[in-house]
Amino acid sequence: MTHTLLARKADAPAPARGRLTVSPRTRSVIDKLIGAVVVLWGAATAAFLAQIALPGDRATTILNVRSGQTQLRTPEELAPINAEYGLQNPIVVQYLDYIGGLLRGDLGISYQQHRPVWGIIAEQVGATLTLTAVTLVLAWLIMVFWVTLTAGRSSRIRALGSGVDTVTAGLPPYWLGIILLLVFALGLGWFPVIGGAGANGIVLPALTLAIPLAGFMGQATRTEFERSLDAPFIVTARMRGMGDLSIRLRHVLRHAVLPAVTLSGWAIGSTISGAVIAESLFTRPGIGRVLIAAVDSQDLPVVTGIVVLVAAAYVITNLLVDLAYIVIDPRMKNS
Amino acid sequence: MTILDIDTEQRTNQLDSTPPVRLSVDNLNVGFERHGSVRPVVKNVSFDLREGQCVAIVGESGSGKSVTARTLVGLTGGNAVVDADALRLGDENLTALSPKRWRSIRGRRIGFILQDALVSLDPLRPVGKEIEEALKLHGWGDRTSRKRKVIDLLTSVGVPSPENRSRQRPDELSGGLRQRALIASALALDPEIVIADEPTTALDVTVQAQVLQLLEEMKQRGTSIILISHDLSVVAHLADHILVMSGGEVVEQGSAHEILTAPKHPYTQSLINAVPSRETRGTRLAPATGVAPVHTAAHANDEHAGFDGPVLEAEGLVKNFTAPDGTLTTAVNNVSFTLGRGETLGIVGESGSGKSTTARIALALDTADAGTVRLLGQDWSAVPETKRRRLRKQISVVYQDPLSSFDPRWNVERILLDSLPAGAFATATARRERVLALLAQVGLPDSVVHRFPLQLSGGQRQRVAIARALAPSPSIVVLDEAVSALDVSIQAQILDLLVDLQKEFGLSYLFISHDLGVISHLSDRVLVMKDGVVVESGDADQIFTRPAHPYTQELLGALPTLDESHTVAGASVSPSSSTEGQE
Repeated sequence: MTHTLLARKADAPAPARGRLTVSPRTRSVIDKLIGAVVVLWGAATAAFLAQIALPGDRATTILNVRSGQTQLRTPEELAPINAEYGLQNPIVVQYLDYIGGLLRGDLGISYQQHRPVWGIIAEQVGATLTLTAVTLVLAWLIMVFWVTLTAGRSSRIRALGSGVDTVTAGLPPYWLGIILLLVFALGLGWFPVIGGAGANGIVLPALTLAIPLAGFMGQATRTEFERSLDAPFIVTARMRGMGDLSIRLRHVLRHAVLPAVTLSGWAIGSTISGAVIAESLFTRPGIGRVLIAAVDSQDLPVVTGIVVLVAAAYVITNLLVDLAYIVIDPRMKNS
Repeated sequence: MTILDIDTEQRTNQLDSTPPVRLSVDNLNVGFERHGSVRPVVKNVSFDLREGQCVAIVGESGSGKSVTARTLVGLTGGNAVVDADALRLGDENLTALSPKRWRSIRGRRIGFILQDALVSLDPLRPVGKEIEEALKLHGWGDRTSRKRKVIDLLTSVGVPSPENRSRQRPDELSGGLRQRALIASALALDPEIVIADEPTTALDVTVQAQVLQLLEEMKQRGTSIILISHDLSVVAHLADHILVMSGGEVVEQGSAHEILTAPKHPYTQSLINAVPSRETRGTRLAPATGVAPVHTAAHANDEHAGFDGPVLEAEGLVKNFTAPDGTLTTAVNNVSFTLGRGETLGIVGESGSGKSTTARIALALDTADAGTVRLLGQDWSAVPETKRRRLRKQISVVYQDPLSSFDPRWNVERILLDSLPAGAFATATARRERVLALLAQVGLPDSVVHRFPLQLSGGQRQRVAIARALAPSPSIVVLDEAVSALDVSIQAQILDLLVDLQKEFGLSYLFISHDLGVISHLSDRVLVMKDGVVVESGDADQIFTRPAHPYTQELLGALPTLDESHTVAGASVSPSSSTEGQE
């Protein structure tokens, strides 16, 4: 069987109808989904192995975390904990239980709070996702405005444009957040010092994360933007009587944003886990603070849960980025 | 010139029944300012464009012809200094217009067509949207009526099933269809003047003929045309008046008849002589240049000198490709040929005819699905690459665009040193001498060794590419569209060089081109390819004087010639299904 297949391959290309009848597009969607599952499984496994690798007896750790004390425990004390978390089982069984739980949407029980991790995350995740979304929107608005305004102008304005990109991309968010807090919240009093749930309270935390991101995306967009400005189809549009601003917004921008779209996929994931800076600075609820607290107290199921969640966010946004690519550049549908 | 003068002139013209002047250019000067000094690029250009007439501006790249055209729509560039005694469009003074006023003229009163619609239309949008944009910008109609107008426009430029085509992007259309779409976008508001800047460069010859035919019809309907080209033969039958530009100056201008039949300026004469054709075979196309190729004896390739059979034999070549959607295309179908020593075999065909794939198989860069190639009587395509390596230096290649085949960070010396066969030269001095000898053979001075590809002109770059191909002293050089991207005057110099090198070294050329003129100038024998099949082959004389196959006849009919009375045959506005299939 194998032999005849190989022989045919060597003789002549297999006729088209002899191949598996899956259209290339379906095939690429299936490939992407398989890839996504593999990434999630890898993240979950890595998080699990990190738990195993930590020194010390885990049941003891759990008891100590709950009681806030550090002491040795007797086997009688440890037995119910081992039974509750299945720690007496071989590691393979623990792993399979853990993966099985994930498949059912069960992230485990928090050591410290003694309740499902899923519940803890669910309480906080909304605030972080809102912050991430607002950050991304603001970053895009700032970036598009600044690049459209300065790219492809006189050499002095161009230098200013890319200079600002570089400086903002390098700003430490924590420092930037403090400056924003001092100027706009304490000084001018435009925004609340402690970020509440209101729309007003999200502006400064989002800006703290959005400004460096905008600079970063601006650097990637600017090069493409200036290249597209010289393209023959832009000359054609001018020859049609189109004004400069329309050309920048309607033709050039679409050609220039692909690198920034790629960066956005990365930025969504990193903003979810990096939101802690803005959250602690502006005392906002959110997943970032939960993560820091959980790491401090060695509440491993919570840490693992958040790691898996961030991995899932990465996977989903990268699938969305692939979709956005095709919407922006339809030529990619065929490649 | 004052308004009064123009009035008088117009009156006189009307008495003579010459059409009225639409655009008047008097003593136009354009320069580009840099670091405080102005570099002039257009000097003292004057002409009148009349209703229903065509003024052609001819010259090579850098002659100032495109700058002139762009100045006429106010898009010369940010640091340009424009000065003219008069620049008038009807009663509009173009030297003192606000940007807003300019925008209302562009597209509405003056349409502009650039070369190759693949890059001149937004590659991300359907062509219908681009055409509609021209209407929308000038406030033409509402959404529904604009959509209808787009369909009408596409129909009027001969695009079949325009509803479907308008929803496709440039890359989904064939070269001819997308160029028509580009023309439709320029014609959207029926402008009185259309400027066409190299509108047929990079197009196949039959598509070029269709585009020229379309321009001819526009002219007959009363549109005035400014046609810009580096090639006199392209403008010959359309132009009423020709300006020949060189170095920013108009070296000669006059009626098309005068310029084409009795050119006075040597530059015009050289442009006319530069057009290759069957009649120019064996003659030189370019006047002798400053650097003559140096004749050096050593083409150190005696190993196979005694071999007197065909240097290259291809037998029954077949190559299939699988498209992304799983359909199978046969790019090359049962192609056979032989190439004798010192002979030139031309392979002519349009894009997609399989001629370049044939070349790749001959070079053993691609494997055929069936058929064999023998090089100097030895197995070539059928043996593994390790066995081929010994013969590799016998066959080399020159491509259309050398820029993409040079490492931009290597200078000319390093490019050429790299291409010398390993171990052929014992010392570094010998290798360096060989590089200088190669440069001399292709007519380049020693001083170019330290230059980088981007610092060379198109012609110089192609000479370096030829020197690189000659470095291993090959028996065969494959020339894949090697002169297609060059201006006709530079092309003439390179063709002369190729003839010289062939004579001197007894080289065999496999010459691949879409340009019948070039093929007929150079080839001893010709293969005509269409859709992967050889439709006709034979002696060049036979093919060009007594073409047997209808496709060869169509190609020959579409070939532009310097004969101004000649209207392009075989080119109807509605494309025949044979040349304009769906892509």
